[in-house]
Amino acid sequence: MSHISPILWQFLVKWMTSFPLFPPEASKVAPEMDALFFFMVLVSLVGLTLVVLLVTSFSILYSKERHPVAVQVEGSTLLEATWTIIPLGLFLVMFVWGSIIYFRVYTPPANSMNIYVVGKQWMWKAEHPGGQHEINSLHVPTGRAVQLTLISQDVFHSFSIPAFRVKREAIPGRYTTVWFEPTVPGTYHLFCTQYCGTNHSAMIGEVVVMTPDDYKKWLDESTSGTSLAQNGERLFASLSCNACHNASAGARGPNLANIYGSKLTLSNGGTVTADDAYLRESILNPSQHVTEGYAPIMPTYQGQVSEEGVISLVEFIKNLNSDYRIQQTLNTTDLLPESEASPNRPAAPAATGPAKQGMVKQ
Amino acid sequence: MSDSTAIAHGAAETPGHVHGEHPPYQRHHFETVEQQADATNFAMWLFLLTEIMFFGGLFTAYLIYRNWYYPAFVAGSHQLNIFWGTANTAVLISSSFTMAMGVWCAETRRKGGLVLCLVLTFILGLVFLGIKTIEYSEKIEKHHVPGFHYSLQSFLNPDSDPEAKAAGDKPLPLDMARHTEVYFSLYFAMTGMHALHMIIGISILGFMIFRAQAGAYTTGHVTFVENFGLYWHFVDIIWIFLFPLLYLISRHQ
Amino acid sequence: MSSTIVNLPDQSTARIPKVNFITKENGLLSWLLTGDHKRIATLYLISITFFFFIGGALAGLIRLELLTPQADLMATDTYNKVFTMHGIIMIFFFLVPSVPATLGNFLMPMMIGAKDLALPKINLLSWYLYIAAGILAIYTMATGGVDTGWTFTTPLSTHYVNTNVLTTGLAVFIAGFSSIFTGLNFIVTIHKMRCPGMTWFRLPLFVWSNYAASLLMVLGTPVLAITIVLIALERTIGIGVFDPAKGGDPILFQHLFWFYSHPAVYIMILPGMGVISETISTFSRKRVFGYTAVAFSSVAIAIFGFFVWAHHMFIMGISNYAVLVFSLLTMLVAVPSAIKIFNWAFTLYKGSITFETPMLYTFGFMGLFTIGGMTGVFLGSTGTDIHLTETYFIVAHFHFIMVGGMLMAFLAGIHFWWPKWTGRMYPEKISQLAAVVTFIGFNLTFFPQFILGTLGMPRRYAAYPPEFQVLNVFSTAGATILGVGYLLPILYLTWSLKYGEIAGNNPWQATGLEWQTQSPPLTENFLVTPIMDHEAYDYEWLEHQKEKEVTSV
Repeated sequence: MSHISPILWQFLVKWMTSFPLFPPEASKVAPEMDALFFFMVLVSLVGLTLVVLLVTSFSILYSKERHPVAVQVEGSTLLEATWTIIPLGLFLVMFVWGSIIYFRVYTPPANSMNIYVVGKQWMWKAEHPGGQHEINSLHVPTGRAVQLTLISQDVFHSFSIPAFRVKREAIPGRYTTVWFEPTVPGTYHLFCTQYCGTNHSAMIGEVVVMTPDDYKKWLDESTSGTSLAQNGERLFASLSCNACHNASAGARGPNLANIYGSKLTLSNGGTVTADDAYLRESILNPSQHVTEGYAPIMPTYQGQVSEEGVISLVEFIKNLNSDYRIQQTLNTTDLLPESEASPNRPAAPAATGPAKQGMVKQ
Repeated sequence: MSDSTAIAHGAAETPGHVHGEHPPYQRHHFETVEQQADATNFAMWLFLLTEIMFFGGLFTAYLIYRNWYYPAFVAGSHQLNIFWGTANTAVLISSSFTMAMGVWCAETRRKGGLVLCLVLTFILGLVFLGIKTIEYSEKIEKHHVPGFHYSLQSFLNPDSDPEAKAAGDKPLPLDMARHTEVYFSLYFAMTGMHALHMIIGISILGFMIFRAQAGAYTTGHVTFVENFGLYWHFVDIIWIFLFPLLYLISRHQ
Repeated sequence: MSSTIVNLPDQSTARIPKVNFITKENGLLSWLLTGDHKRIATLYLISITFFFFIGGALAGLIRLELLTPQADLMATDTYNKVFTMHGIIMIFFFLVPSVPATLGNFLMPMMIGAKDLALPKINLLSWYLYIAAGILAIYTMATGGVDTGWTFTTPLSTHYVNTNVLTTGLAVFIAGFSSIFTGLNFIVTIHKMRCPGMTWFRLPLFVWSNYAASLLMVLGTPVLAITIVLIALERTIGIGVFDPAKGGDPILFQHLFWFYSHPAVYIMILPGMGVISETISTFSRKRVFGYTAVAFSSVAIAIFGFFVWAHHMFIMGISNYAVLVFSLLTMLVAVPSAIKIFNWAFTLYKGSITFETPMLYTFGFMGLFTIGGMTGVFLGSTGTDIHLTETYFIVAHFHFIMVGGMLMAFLAGIHFWWPKWTGRMYPEKISQLAAVVTFIGFNLTFFPQFILGTLGMPRRYAAYPPEFQVLNVFSTAGATILGVGYLLPILYLTWSLKYGEIAGNNPWQATGLEWQTQSPPLTENFLVTPIMDHEAYDYEWLEHQKEKEVTSV
């Protein structure tokens, strides 16, 4: 030690004693997953020790000097059965245990609050229902189930919060979901873990877990003034969705009030639950999701509305609980700046020809 | 080298041996000519198995997208010309017949018959490719080639399109019309890959015609012709699957 | 250890046999147009060593960058290209052909008593395809590289990068055909060219393993080929088969890609397992314990290996029920590997064990493959996979299997069959040192990566949070040691070509038909076709042979 400079020594000691070996547990499922993880570590240690012990002891006992003549042993069905069944049994335990955790992580409870996350090269945008927008960060409260609805605007990304032990791919073209319940306030890493191009390593951020009171304060001070549903209402009007979906008798499109979560019968006879994915698909690929009793005349909005726009619309429809609310959007239409010269108020939506007008891109 | 437990092979002590012990076309690493025929035949079957896996990826994609976008697949399929498709099927089946006849000629040492059959197969193969060229140029004219000014007009407005009108197609909604591009992608990928295999086969046929004329296959060494026959029949069978899957979707007339 | 089974002829009088496959014909063309499986194997050995060092240099660059938390050694675009090319070269140009195209090509016909593979011209074609693909890969690197990751994920690879995706795809496509032809050749040879008396259950386990790997090569690789074709079409003319904007599905790409790429990992490891069977038997002087179980487990791994591909997609939004099925099948495929490890361990029981270099590499394999395999189960269980996937845990897992497992097995095989291939022994002491250095370097490089993965450090990151630095520094230090460990064999094996001791036919006193011929072997392998009248690994038969040789002079 005398030949190591004291400064270097100090640095080394600090360095060597302050690096983490295990991530913090900050969500409800984290200790559950860690229990399984440590079980697997234990089984692996036992297995490895067994193999190393066998190899070492046999090598010593039966080295050429000690055991010059080998004794040919064909095999042992009993041993084969043992080391087939025991590993298989252990692996099946891990399979069942792991599957339970997996189903839990990807089955959000009904009362979870939902935050939309859009991934794009190379940032994460989180949209809270109250209209708070975050880039590369996510504020969440403890003690509540939080669901994330993820989608990508371009390539595959993956939203990872190691401290919560959750991770989910964000894919272009469809929603994916994951949920967690944060338990310990603090700031934790957020990573993109699916290689997505040049700045993949920069697509990181922080997850800030707050007590419910602090979270409420944060929500108040970060709001942009318009909630997602309000933005969705604006879009609903400006894209003239209310031309057909206007909750009047004889309307050309089904009434969307209270539709979220309900079971619908489609024109091809199948039934479907109107969840987020269904709502998104109906906006972008309507001809495959026509409700029974209605004509397949809804035009597609693919290319006319961004993923964030779709999220706003979905949020609006989710919160739609009265016909009155829908009819009010006709007033919203009148208040829109484009309303004077809006060519997008057709008398009857054309069955042919794409809807080129009304480009409302967010 | 253990020799007490081995049987001497042929004329033995010297590494060389007398030619005359085996036919000249038997390669030296084979013990008998039967082993050589057996091994090369097995190898060709294995190779065809790899080809099945190769086309399998395309068939998988077809399966999934036809399931998802059936109306688009119907509309796309109605754009194909059934007359040419059927003609091509007949041409290929005939070429398989002439090929099988060629194999028989080789096995029965009929040189003239073999050359005739190979030439006929060659010509039929070229006819197939010719018809495909006609079909592809029709598609190009109508802008149904994905990635090259792909046009949705025929699907949004079927009355403007003779094939769609004849099939009695209804107009497709825009989002479904867009999915016809997936159908045509698969059409060109699958028939294109098939055509590539046809071109390779026809080239080998050309080579074989010269060799057959020189008598290479009618002196007992028939495995090349037999194994090529297997390849040719395989390419034919792929078409037999492609034809109904691509041309015959929902044709009730 | 002073005790050894090596039995060399008297060095003062021993000579390399004058006529052998190397001296039979001279001139470059006789090598470039050869049909002799042993010459083709030699060509392959030189080529894959070349590509291994390119891949290794790229790995060195990765580890250098990761010494510091910032992306300060090279631009992130460059780093992305470096790890992509490292993966592509190591997988397609080193690991997939490593044992089959070198040791498999060289040994398999001899092991079954044949004069050559069934299709020598196809064998040579296979090498030329490999070289063409390799040249294309180098051209790709020289003209800007590719940065999609070896997994070519769409839509990134089809729409969002401007790098050489097409040329790389073409290189991999051609290399795939090289692999298919090798596998096809092996299957036909094993089925149709076994010598009289060589029943399936008298085959050396090395042959069984290569057979199983060949099944995978032949059935899996074509799916990769068509996937690359679809990527090329999507990238050039935008056919939309993987593009959600056109109704395509990027998850379809994942299914097609992993349908090959999962069996690919078994293609990479099975031949290595075959080597281990041979070495552990020879250096314990015993028939492999549970021969039938080991043989069947190779085929079981191949078959099950086709049904687990979606375990690479657990978090991608596929249905929960599909996830259940693939997780269960993954657990099943782990069992045959466990069976093999225990059978090898019990081969040592009541054996007569010596510790020459191939045995040291074998022991290294057994320990490191066990760790790698067990961590695979961590990933096969979906609950833990959520946390561990896409992190350095995966990187550590597959490097333990591929480098700690496969590469060690490859080196074991090279050392074991070096005397047969070249007629000369390698220097024992320095090679044992290299084996130990490799083992230490390997553990120091990759074990910290398990911890980094558990902490959440994502893979393919050029920059990382500072608290991960210490572990990364350990990893880079280990990589330096590992590099030394791999450099040493190049040096002493080359040295041994001129100065190594003359080996004679059977320096290890091994069973196996390849050891009953001269070293290096004749071009036609055997002057007379052998008749297999004894079981595999029959050491009593070997004793009997030796007695007969002595008494019949």
